[in-house]
Amino acid sequence: MYILPNKLKLFSIALIVVGFLGIALGFFNAPKNIDDVKKLNSAHQTEHVVATSHDATTGHDSDGHLTHQLHQLQNRPWAATYVAALFFALLSLGVLAFYGIQHASQAGWSIVLLRVMEGITAYVLPGTVIVLLIAIFSGHHIFIWRDAEVVAHDKLLQGKSGFLNLTGFIIRGVIFIAGWVSYRYFSRKMSIAQDEAADNTNFKRNFKASAAFLVFFIVTESIMSWDWIMSVEPHWFSTLFGWYVFASFFVSGITTIALITLYLKSKGYLEIVNRSHIQDLAKFMFAFSIFWAYLWFSQFMLIWYANIPEEITYFAMRIEHYNLPFFGAVVMNFVFPILILMNADFKKLTWIVVMAGVIVLAGHYIDFYNMIMPGTVGTNWSIGVPEVGAVLFFLGLFILVVFTALSKAPLVVKRNPFVHESEHFHY
Amino acid sequence: MSNKVIHAIYNDDDVLLEAVKEIRAAHYHIEEAYTPFPVHGLDKAMGIEPTRIAIASFIYGCIGLAVAIVMMNYIMIKDWPQDIGGKPSFSYISNMPAFVPIMFELTVFFAAHLMVITFYMRSKLWPFKSAENPDIRTTDDHFLLEIAVSSHEEELAKLLKKTGAVEIKTIEKH
Repeated sequence: MYILPNKLKLFSIALIVVGFLGIALGFFNAPKNIDDVKKLNSAHQTEHVVATSHDATTGHDSDGHLTHQLHQLQNRPWAATYVAALFFALLSLGVLAFYGIQHASQAGWSIVLLRVMEGITAYVLPGTVIVLLIAIFSGHHIFIWRDAEVVAHDKLLQGKSGFLNLTGFIIRGVIFIAGWVSYRYFSRKMSIAQDEAADNTNFKRNFKASAAFLVFFIVTESIMSWDWIMSVEPHWFSTLFGWYVFASFFVSGITTIALITLYLKSKGYLEIVNRSHIQDLAKFMFAFSIFWAYLWFSQFMLIWYANIPEEITYFAMRIEHYNLPFFGAVVMNFVFPILILMNADFKKLTWIVVMAGVIVLAGHYIDFYNMIMPGTVGTNWSIGVPEVGAVLFFLGLFILVVFTALSKAPLVVKRNPFVHESEHFHY
Repeated sequence: MSNKVIHAIYNDDDVLLEAVKEIRAAHYHIEEAYTPFPVHGLDKAMGIEPTRIAIASFIYGCIGLAVAIVMMNYIMIKDWPQDIGGKPSFSYISNMPAFVPIMFELTVFFAAHLMVITFYMRSKLWPFKSAENPDIRTTDDHFLLEIAVSSHEEELAKLLKKTGAVEIKTIEKH
């Protein structure tokens, strides 16, 4: 039985407090009106005269432009909070999908990791609810289609309003969350009941529930990615976007399983986990990093090659104004893991897996950042107090929820038919 | 040194694996093991060095990637940079996404084929090669260990019998 150490609890609460202050500061510092923006710009200009000299020629001081900039700067704390909330919520959703796959495929190796996964998926409920609440209460700060004024002047948005309207958004969101959370609830319940059961009824029901969940998941995940992410830029559309988002949070989820397993093992709670389990997790990190890169490139290259104006704006914006995060994400999520995790011996070394895991997680945060920010704050982006504050806040919440859940049940399942195979798993 | 060897035949892979451990513990040198299928852990039990073919494959892949880049940079950018459907052929990087499918395929092609050829060469495998099979049954359901003997032939035969060999033959090698 794992007991949540007080140190970790205090650490996570400290993260939450610091993060909350960062988020609050972000909202406090956002400009209230055009005069604030003017002040901000003049302060900025005296510092970087050369950098902003192009503003004069593009009519930077015109009121239309300033209003635009004002909106973007006001969006920033909302978007920063949303990206971090989304990242951690989807990460635990990715673990839930991985967990469902382990049951449905009757995997023998991962049984000793099931409780770690169940601990991480405890965050699905609070995480996704927070995402939905931010999406609902952000007004038009994240989703421009929420602004009736804008829709009234936009034929394209009017055409999409049958799907992109608040009522539908909320109904769909509630259905997604209800489905995911109820699978998590029942699967966890059956998993714990199986520990003390006399037969394998719970195991069989869990298998069926997981198979059904995976069908439900892949449909809802796709629609969720249109709702929660793609509709940030409602003029743009991409067919493999759902898969792309899935690959991103799935690999983050697997990485989190590896990191938390290694942490618990280093504290002496998971002696039963051997180097072969770690190597298998690292293989999944490696393979799904490549899968992510494959989808990233497929989406990018198809649009780059055909160069249709209504599609290319999405990437033109990112390459022009988000160059470093856009290509940096590819380096962190593809080039780095492929080189470091290719070696079979490296995949067994704790410090290599931890280092690769931290880079991959940071890279996928930036991936989500690249998806949300250009549509909300446009060119006025930076990674500062609101962004870091939001990440710390949700990291703290994530640690608190996950490790509390881990301390609620024994860390290794008992009567699973595959548990002995898993204990002696050796690659 | 005489070139006598003992052929010990087993009919079970678990017995074989145990026998290999015992023979090695008694400090006899197993020259070769013939099995009809891969026996898990046999290489470890025999103390064979891990293969380096994956490292070779990685290097071949790098060569393939380099070939793809050099080839397309020469053809599409240096030699005759035409405007084909508005694709930017000013520099390699400006038109790189269009080259990635070929870069990928050539990397895989080189890595796979050169690795296979390396395997054939290192294991001396080619068409019309005469088979080096000491006993025809080892391709079906028997396992054979070939052990060098010098002076302790009797002792070794006793040990092999004890490890479960169903047949022991002394062979003069040419």
